Amino acid sequence: MASSQGITRRSFQTALAAGLASSLLPLRRARAQAHKLKVGVILPRSGTQGLTGQSCQKGADLAPGVIKELLGVELELMNADFESNVDTARTRAERLIQDGAHVLVGPFDSGAAAAIAQVAEQRGVPLIINIAAAPQITEQGYKFVFRNFQTAGEIVKNGLDLIGELFSATHAAPTTAVYMHVNDTFGQAMTKGILATLPSRSQLGFKIVDEIAYDPAAKDLSVEISRAKATKADFLLLVSRLNDAILLRREMVKQRWNPMGIVSPGSPGMYEEQYFKSLGKLSDYSISNVPWFNPNANLTKIVEKAFARQNPNDKLVFHGLNVGFTFEAILVAADAFKRAKTTDPKALADAIRQTHITDKMTLGGPIKFNAKGQVEGIGSACVQNLNQLPTVVLPAAAATARPVFPQPGYKKT
Amino acid sequence: MPFEFVVGGVVAGILTGLVYGLMALGLSVIFGVVRIVNFAHGELMTVAMYAAALLFARFELDPFLAVLPVAAAFFVLGYALQAGLINRFITRPEHSQFMLLVAIGLIVVNALLMAFGPDARGVQVDYQLESFELGDIVVDKARLYAAGLAVLTALALIGLFRFTRTGKAIRACADNHFAARVVGLNVKRLYAITFGLGAVCVAVAGCSLTLLFDVTPSVGPQYTLLAFVIVIVGGLGSMLGALVGGVLIGVSEALAGLYISPSAKSMLSFGLLIVVLIVRPQGLFGRRR
Repeated sequence: MASSQGITRRSFQTALAAGLASSLLPLRRARAQAHKLKVGVILPRSGTQGLTGQSCQKGADLAPGVIKELLGVELELMNADFESNVDTARTRAERLIQDGAHVLVGPFDSGAAAAIAQVAEQRGVPLIINIAAAPQITEQGYKFVFRNFQTAGEIVKNGLDLIGELFSATHAAPTTAVYMHVNDTFGQAMTKGILATLPSRSQLGFKIVDEIAYDPAAKDLSVEISRAKATKADFLLLVSRLNDAILLRREMVKQRWNPMGIVSPGSPGMYEEQYFKSLGKLSDYSISNVPWFNPNANLTKIVEKAFARQNPNDKLVFHGLNVGFTFEAILVAADAFKRAKTTDPKALADAIRQTHITDKMTLGGPIKFNAKGQVEGIGSACVQNLNQLPTVVLPAAAATARPVFPQPGYKKT
Repeated sequence: MPFEFVVGGVVAGILTGLVYGLMALGLSVIFGVVRIVNFAHGELMTVAMYAAALLFARFELDPFLAVLPVAAAFFVLGYALQAGLINRFITRPEHSQFMLLVAIGLIVVNALLMAFGPDARGVQVDYQLESFELGDIVVDKARLYAAGLAVLTALALIGLFRFTRTGKAIRACADNHFAARVVGLNVKRLYAITFGLGAVCVAVAGCSLTLLFDVTPSVGPQYTLLAFVIVIVGGLGSMLGALVGGVLIGVSEALAGLYISPSAKSMLSFGLLIVVLIVRPQGLFGRRR
């Protein structure tokens, strides 16, 4: 009966499904056998974090050339600016994936990283985080999210240890600190870490007399500095971003507050080029205990040459952290692509999980992801601004100058 | 909290509040006479801030000196905006006026984004990091100068309305629009002059604020909102109310930052707004209509 009617509805649907499947198969195979890896680089190149995002972008821009020479892997960067806005980060990530990105790299911001991680996980596309410290990002059981950067807890632990070394090296013994921090995902994660870790570091010998949270997009921090100055604390413990770090330093000068020093237990801002450009000599003596690059590593020397070619008016030392971790994130993607020999997202994620890179640019052990997608054992350095250059002063083995603390001009409030 | 820090915070709040008050004064004057609420007020101030920042970047012109050309340009801009566009909407329903000014605000924000990008711009003059020390109290030099300029501008505006023929004519329009037309006043021209004067307030406030804060295209709506809070607290249409409202907001934010938490600064100013709306809906210096 059916045969007498020619094509039935059921046979038509079967034929249609088979046709569609066969027509899509070559596309899928073509995608899997691609010779070029499309890397969606998502950074805050404008807005409040714009300058740091642009600094990270320099690391991305030099990656295709350097990696082609090192690994023979072809990369195509697909750049997206999320304008320092978490919602925009989510939509830009969606768009990158829609436009064919095989892997995402970015975003230098914990809030944005959390949002992009959700998108990456839902769409099954690997995300390699260059810089973002909120621990929860790699605590969600995600299968496609990887981070080659310290978590806030590790940053704090390393940062506080380096503060202890700083006091010991300079024979300084401050007893009080006022703690100021940006009130965003990163700032809150750092605060949680500091308040949890500090009680177990009694050898540091100081206590926090006041905690002052402020809006990362604040235009005026005069009240915050008034309040900090009023505590008469010996030094300022600061978790900042870039713009607010500049505002704070200016406001300290205006209000004539000269504590023993400004010490960051691990945050951006004070080692970045714009901090020096905006503040000139006022940038000196600020201290950041941060994950840092190893100037003596082979890879650093290769990257430095490429950086100088692409940015003849810039010095790598001002961008080392941002360039180093962004470059390494792309290196991880390229290395995985080389081993996986496919752009299939699942195969790429599996290959990333097997990463073991020893020739790296940043301080610490090899790039090797644990079961949560987190690299452990990344090192920190105590970086002090001396003669308007970020200079490693601790640990002693990596130091190129001696730390200065208290800073000159120190005056008890 | 030591006394000198509280006094220092309050002084800083008063000084910043006076500049905010001048900005809000422009809004109040325009509403008091033209009966139009300028929903693009903060956005216009952002344009003034960019103008001051550009003049500094190009000619190293101090923002306090940039006030003269920027204010003149803003008077012309305000006049043209009122005469060419807003006057056509005077008799239309309020929602049409609202949509017009919101649209102008949006166009300004996006034009600034296209022209300058989203990054912050500012100026850096020699005295920007200097302060006066009065005993233990430290007063920011640039903030003090900005507040002084705001007071001078407000006094000049009050003088203009009180002692000049044009000012008296504008007040006549504000008091009784119909009677003003009956006695032969060119009401539409006076409206345009008023909008121009409101724009001058915005220009002076904007130039002064570049010494205190960086500017981005996106700050416009925040300043519009701030101007609304100030004029509602002070009394919509009242010149004195705008200045006092600005000072109240500045001081309340400073005290909130010192005694509660810096994150609570805006919370307290909006709390103040709600209290005023409940207790005295016409504002502290507003007239009940």
